[in-house]
Amino acid sequence: MPSQQALLAEIPRLRRYARALTGDAARADDLVQDTLERALGKWLLWRPGNLRAWLMTMMHNLFVNEVRAASAIEYRDDDDLPDAPVRARQTDGLELRDLDRALQALPAEQREVLLLVGLEELAYEEVARITGVPVGTVMSRLSRARGRLRGLLSGAAPHPTSSGKPRLRVVK
Amino acid sequence: MSAKPPFTDADLNAWVDGRLDADGRAAVDAWLTAHPERARELEDWRKINDRLRTAYEARLHEAVPTHLKTSLPRRRHSLQVAAIVGWLALGGLIGAAGGYRYGSREAPAPAQPSATRSAAAPMDLARRAAIAHAVYSPEQRHPVEVGADQEAHLVAWLSKRLGTPLRVPQLDAQGYHLVGGRLLATDAGPGAQFMYEDVTGERLTLYVSARQAADTGTGFRFAEEQGIAVFYWVDRGFAYALSGKATREVLLPTAEAVYRQLAP
Repeated sequence: MPSQQALLAEIPRLRRYARALTGDAARADDLVQDTLERALGKWLLWRPGNLRAWLMTMMHNLFVNEVRAASAIEYRDDDDLPDAPVRARQTDGLELRDLDRALQALPAEQREVLLLVGLEELAYEEVARITGVPVGTVMSRLSRARGRLRGLLSGAAPHPTSSGKPRLRVVK
Repeated sequence: MSAKPPFTDADLNAWVDGRLDADGRAAVDAWLTAHPERARELEDWRKINDRLRTAYEARLHEAVPTHLKTSLPRRRHSLQVAAIVGWLALGGLIGAAGGYRYGSREAPAPAQPSATRSAAAPMDLARRAAIAHAVYSPEQRHPVEVGADQEAHLVAWLSKRLGTPLRVPQLDAQGYHLVGGRLLATDAGPGAQFMYEDVTGERLTLYVSARQAADTGTGFRFAEEQGIAVFYWVDRGFAYALSGKATREVLLPTAEAVYRQLAP
């Protein structure tokens, strides 16, 4: 059993990852809470070692179940950004909102890999273990996620929308 | 489209994440110099990492909401957990020591003589009972599966699962009332745990497990590890263990009461 101190120390990292993954502060904290509860329920299976990776694995499983239950994995074209699935908060900066939106436009499995590597700075092999796929799959998801996010964030694919609604555009 | 690089996805991503060694990095750098379009792309990939870390950085420094902290185990639970870890480690050591002795005597491991088996079994019983006690006794919301208010149902159910009529000792004279019971998975199949509580909320658990008919009875034995005291015995094909977070002296009269009530 990891000590209470060790678990407490992991909460900020879990919250950051969950926040980026879900794009929503309340959903993120729900996910963190579920992760902690599951971790406590399964502590008999825990072996002293990498606590962070163990918690991340549990969060991955919960997240996948949640996404599957909502059947929310949808392929979106780069220029077909969601209108407003992300609750904007007064305190969230524009940059954060842009990133939230772009991340939410990625397929969930690409978003996960991109965040585990780019934000959480975990080793590729660790990401493979957490997400339960081969390292080769991690690398190809990573490349696709980065390519797609680059397009989304650079305001590329600038053909006009038919709906006439204002579209997300990064203005530098 | 730009030229296909002489590098794998893994190489390019590792370049972006700064995870190449000096030689690898130099090789990719050299290639990128000749392919400015890919260089711009990979540089953008690298910037995405920076942007993510900057944008979500604030989360790391925010105060953790209280409800997340309180979902962690309380101090008492942690102590119980430490006790379980201690028991598991002890079991591992005993197992290792036994194996070592066997290995040093004869190269091919012989079938364990029954004397060794029955000597090892009670230790295992005490450890299992202590683990089950440590797992369930701190439980506030679901300490038992069937409560004492349905005692007849509880006894009928567990008797059916263990394949023998069970008796539930009454410990009110010792200051403990029955909370209820639950089904357990044991090495010998279904087992049962009955939980008792005194007025201060201190809990005792009685572990019951069917053992092989060949098992001979044992006397009344005691084990204690990291604060959990266990009195255990094997009687007419059943293993019993009474566990509590108490000293031997405190637990003894209650254990004797259980023993007397379960004896024929």
